[in-house]
Amino acid sequence: MENNDIIKAENRVYKKPALLNDAHMHYCPGCSHGVVHKLVAEVIEELGLTEKAIGVSPVGCSVFAYNYIDIDWLEAAHGRATAMATAAKRLMPDKLVFTYQGDGDFAAIGTAESIHSCNRGESIAIIFINNAIYGMTGGQMAPTTLLGQKTATCPYGRRADLNGYPLSITPLLAQLDGTRYVTRQSVHTPANVRKTKAAIKKAFLNSMEGKGTSVVEVVSTCNTGWKLTPEKANNWMVENMFAKYPLGDLKDVDAKKE
Amino acid sequence: MNDKVTLMKGNEALAMAAIRYGADGYFGYPITPQSEVLEKLEEEMPWETTGMVVLQAESEVAAINMVYAGASCGKAVFTSTSSPGFSLMQEGMSYMCASEVPALVINVMRGGPGLGTIHPSQADYFQACKGGGHGDYHPIVLAPASVQEMADFVALGWDLAFKYRCVSLILADGLVGQMMEKVVLPEQRPRRTEEEIRKQCPWAVMGRKDMRPKNIITSLELDDDKMEANNHRFQATYREIEKNEVRCEHIDTDDCDYLMVAFGSMARIAMKVMEMAAAEGIKVGLIRPITLWPFPSKQIAEVAQHVKGILVPELAAGQMIEDVKLAVECKVPVEHFDRLGGNVPSPEEMFNALKDKLIK
Repeated sequence: MENNDIIKAENRVYKKPALLNDAHMHYCPGCSHGVVHKLVAEVIEELGLTEKAIGVSPVGCSVFAYNYIDIDWLEAAHGRATAMATAAKRLMPDKLVFTYQGDGDFAAIGTAESIHSCNRGESIAIIFINNAIYGMTGGQMAPTTLLGQKTATCPYGRRADLNGYPLSITPLLAQLDGTRYVTRQSVHTPANVRKTKAAIKKAFLNSMEGKGTSVVEVVSTCNTGWKLTPEKANNWMVENMFAKYPLGDLKDVDAKKE
Repeated sequence: MNDKVTLMKGNEALAMAAIRYGADGYFGYPITPQSEVLEKLEEEMPWETTGMVVLQAESEVAAINMVYAGASCGKAVFTSTSSPGFSLMQEGMSYMCASEVPALVINVMRGGPGLGTIHPSQADYFQACKGGGHGDYHPIVLAPASVQEMADFVALGWDLAFKYRCVSLILADGLVGQMMEKVVLPEQRPRRTEEEIRKQCPWAVMGRKDMRPKNIITSLELDDDKMEANNHRFQATYREIEKNEVRCEHIDTDDCDYLMVAFGSMARIAMKVMEMAAAEGIKVGLIRPITLWPFPSKQIAEVAQHVKGILVPELAAGQMIEDVKLAVECKVPVEHFDRLGGNVPSPEEMFNALKDKLIK
């Protein structure tokens, strides 16, 4: 059988979602953002929400998310994405409103907005990329940087006495009355990618149904910031990140009812 | 025509006027002396009548970014605050101007700097008119001097904001916000439907209905040439606003010997000073800027041609006087009079200053 015999529409098992356009992505090879972007685009398409979707992009590596996924977007000031999403959703309750934020945006400068939006139970979905470093600005310490992890602003490794402890914010959010669904996933294996996709779908449906806040943390790699190959970055994440940021659902109000 | 006269605080009149304008949303944080805006809105429960959203945010920072989002969605949204809170909102002001979204912001000024005092001030003039945040930008700055204007400038502010895709700022002082006066509120207008907003604001982020091309509201542009072009577009809008939207009130300026230039509550006190001066045979006129930006420079320069001197009374240590001096180009003496720290002068104090500084 020749290759051309195989390349036929009826044999197609995988394609890029139409909402993910052909703009040249600025993400580094090996970075988790590309996979999560694809999942966001796939889920919006599969749920038929293209005409209702409003994304809020952050300041950080994913600041240009609006260039890659063909839906309406707001670009927030650093840390203010959930405040913007709050207003968009309250003013247009029939829309899917989600934020896409990194750890610096969501868990450092935006902590007040993050916690209060969740506590108010805004019916927004939050996709929170935790790669334990500031990627866009060149690898500085993040709130989620692990103890001992070297970054440009803790070059000898993070020390609790000098830099404070890494912040695991998602379990805090799970305690708040306003959150409906809080989960922590990753995208380093096909199985994990599928779990993350299911989580994003649940979060987006919760937004559409006005059920309160959903948080999908994706423990991610930044191989450039970590100065590792993509493969070694995946391994480093499994060996180091998962101990501090274990995967799994932290809260699912609907699961308890079932 | 609704000609029912009611008695109300300036802050309350503003809140009522916003509901009646057909506002889509208010996002704010309590701070004296403007908390009556949020209190009145919560008391009125407009979500039950017009469908307007009212939300007490966790901070002024959150509130201004909620307004940024609502404005980006083409909605008529607003926030109100007082000086320390307005400082926190400067980042959002800059982003909204850079994104060319139509928003309404109210600053009911109190004495500063710092936590300062809760009493009236006009010391945020520079911050309001010269761009308190980063970058080259201007909001349109409206200065009400009465409770009626607190109500009327809501519609004016929003109409201008939507006309030019800019931010309108109502810069009131604590006295205008807190004092009670007669006011006639506007008639209730319906809120715009989603279809009407899509037609009026084709740029608005509301979802890609009928699979139209995506809309993005952002202030970011890393290509320097494109960002320069953006800046030139902003400046062209500002020149257009300067050409069309200067507003001021002239009182007895045709044959006056002395001129006062004052806004807000200081203009009201200046009106009393004019009466006192007239009783002593001194002809004093008043120009009351209604737009602080764009500033009525031409109007002041015209009157300056036939006066012996100008007094600029401010609840600030010499801010608006700089624009008056620029307007008259040193052709006549321009003197300053102030009370600071939340104090408000009596008409006698202001009249004495006029005589001491200009007439001698």
